[in-house]
Amino acid sequence: MKRLTLLALAVVAGAVTAAACGGPKPPPQAPTPQPNADSAAAAERARQDSMDAANRAAQAAEAERARRQQEADAAAGAQRTTEEVRAMLAAMIHFDYDKAVLRGDDVGTLDQKVATLQANPNLRIRISGHCDERGSDEYNLALGNRRATAAKQYLVSHGIDAGRIETTSYGEERPLAQGHDESAWAQNRRDEFEIISGGDALKKP
Amino acid sequence: MRFLLLGLGLVLWVGPTVRRSDAQDTSAIDRGVRIGIVYQPGVRPGLVVLPGRPAGLDSARAMLMRDLDYSDRFELITLPAGDSLRVGAAALGTAPPARGAPARGRTGGAPAAGPNYPLYLALGADFIVDVRAAGDTAVVDLHDVAAGALRRAFPARLPAPGAAGFRMAVHRLADQVLQATLGAPGMAATRVGFVKDGKVYVIDQDGADMHLVSSTDRQAMSPAWAPDARRLAYMEFWQGHGQLFVQDLGNGERTAVATTGRALDFTPAFSPDGKTLAFSRATEEGTDVYTVNAKDNCCLQRLTVGRFSDNLSPAYSPDGQRIAFVSTRSGLPQIYVMAADGTDQQLFAPFDYGVTGASNAPEWSPDGQSVAFHRDVAGTLQVFVLDVRTRTVRQLTSVGRNEDPTWAPDSRHLAFVSDRSGYRQLWIIDLDTGRIRPLLQQSGARLPAWSPRLPETAATNP
Repeated sequence: MKRLTLLALAVVAGAVTAAACGGPKPPPQAPTPQPNADSAAAAERARQDSMDAANRAAQAAEAERARRQQEADAAAGAQRTTEEVRAMLAAMIHFDYDKAVLRGDDVGTLDQKVATLQANPNLRIRISGHCDERGSDEYNLALGNRRATAAKQYLVSHGIDAGRIETTSYGEERPLAQGHDESAWAQNRRDEFEIISGGDALKKP
Repeated sequence: MRFLLLGLGLVLWVGPTVRRSDAQDTSAIDRGVRIGIVYQPGVRPGLVVLPGRPAGLDSARAMLMRDLDYSDRFELITLPAGDSLRVGAAALGTAPPARGAPARGRTGGAPAAGPNYPLYLALGADFIVDVRAAGDTAVVDLHDVAAGALRRAFPARLPAPGAAGFRMAVHRLADQVLQATLGAPGMAATRVGFVKDGKVYVIDQDGADMHLVSSTDRQAMSPAWAPDARRLAYMEFWQGHGQLFVQDLGNGERTAVATTGRALDFTPAFSPDGKTLAFSRATEEGTDVYTVNAKDNCCLQRLTVGRFSDNLSPAYSPDGQRIAFVSTRSGLPQIYVMAADGTDQQLFAPFDYGVTGASNAPEWSPDGQSVAFHRDVAGTLQVFVLDVRTRTVRQLTSVGRNEDPTWAPDSRHLAFVSDRSGYRQLWIIDLDTGRIRPLLQQSGARLPAWSPRLPETAATNP
């Protein structure tokens, strides 16, 4: 903006100088106004040229600024999107006691994961099944394995390549809630979803 | 407890000081003992461990006494007020002929004077154990009270208390005493592996000498002993997989079990000849029982094909012919059995469909007669024992939650996890007497695995 002002000042100064050149000639003794007309036109052209140049520079600067802003916005947006998609992907699903059957209220969560995996073909995930502390320690590894597999089967049956999903189980070894009541148990009977690879820049479905 | 029994049986007077006008004995007699009612021993033989000199053997003596107590095969008789009994009895003039040796004041390598057999007989003792030093060797004398004679003497070169091998050397002496008294193999020279805070530890069966076995940075589960009692197999979680390791407890060296670590592999179990390692593998097909050749660390074999059910937690019979395992083929997990090659799979522990709760964690007793496991009873777990011959089950526990039983090599003790004290810890129950004691007073210990008898090592073998 400052540069633009300076340019404008220069142009005005040029025009004043040009006008001053023709100034001293007395009007009654002006039989040949031709040279005057010429010089005025030249001045006008010069003025116009410099104004054009100034405008072009200003426009270029503006475009550059806008482009940078757009880039920054896009990067921030992409980061935001990636975070959002990651959070969506990490949403857990839960199970009834000693069951590995998907619950109706978790279908929406799983559908979101299907869409996310479809929108991000390089994304690979691991599903881990978890259990509450009530069952047998070692049996719970088998139960957690069934819970992870149930989620994977849902994703695969909705078109996701099975090779993109690993499954495992931690049984009751990694509880989320430490309590010993139904509320803690209900939180701990779950599938977790973690990204193995391809999760750096994620697209929204 | 035994002191109490003794107290009930004896009218015991421990006076301040007995003044005698003319001291016949030069040794200080400052206390006396009177025996009123004759002590009636219980069905178990009475055993007394004599206190005495040298004091350097006190820790060995205490360990020996505890091991013999924990064998649950004796009424352990506690002598009141230190060795007043020995001294006082002699002073009463009831000591038997001392076979030429001085009645008291035994020194270093001198053979023991005969204890006062009639007195100990009156106390209800069938056996007397005396620990004495003979030069640089400790000697455990085992006296047969009824016969009024020394039955056996066990010399042992004990490492210094606290030194490596000391504890196991004393535990072995306890097992030798048990063998010589009742002809029964003991379980003193054993250890128990277990999991606490995601790590595998081992501890002596008397609750002392705890050592970390598994890695510090990974979560571990399911320790299982090799039949040589030198190596321990266990599982560790790593990058979404479960990998099995076999670790030599002597040098700490560990080997990853072939083919494991790319899936979720867990619950390792050695065959009795140590040549095969059975385990559970969880894949997207479910969980099934597999084996690998443990000797050459190769050659995966699959024993079960569950498809829509899980098969897990293999446990070999002591003859190596059969494997007990858990299967969900009938819905809830229950105890099944198959031939070691995977054929002839059938139900093992009977249950009422729709009534009996989930049953898990089978372990075959070393004598082959029983399989211990736990079963859900009214929402909590209880330890059960299956009689292999009659295929009947009996419930062993009822207080609190009790799970993951493991057999001692004597086939009459089980270690298990219980929260009966308010938190989960390891307990030991004697199936014959029903006596229960805590193995480890620490919260969170679980998945115990009792070792076979430990082999003699260079460090403890004189």
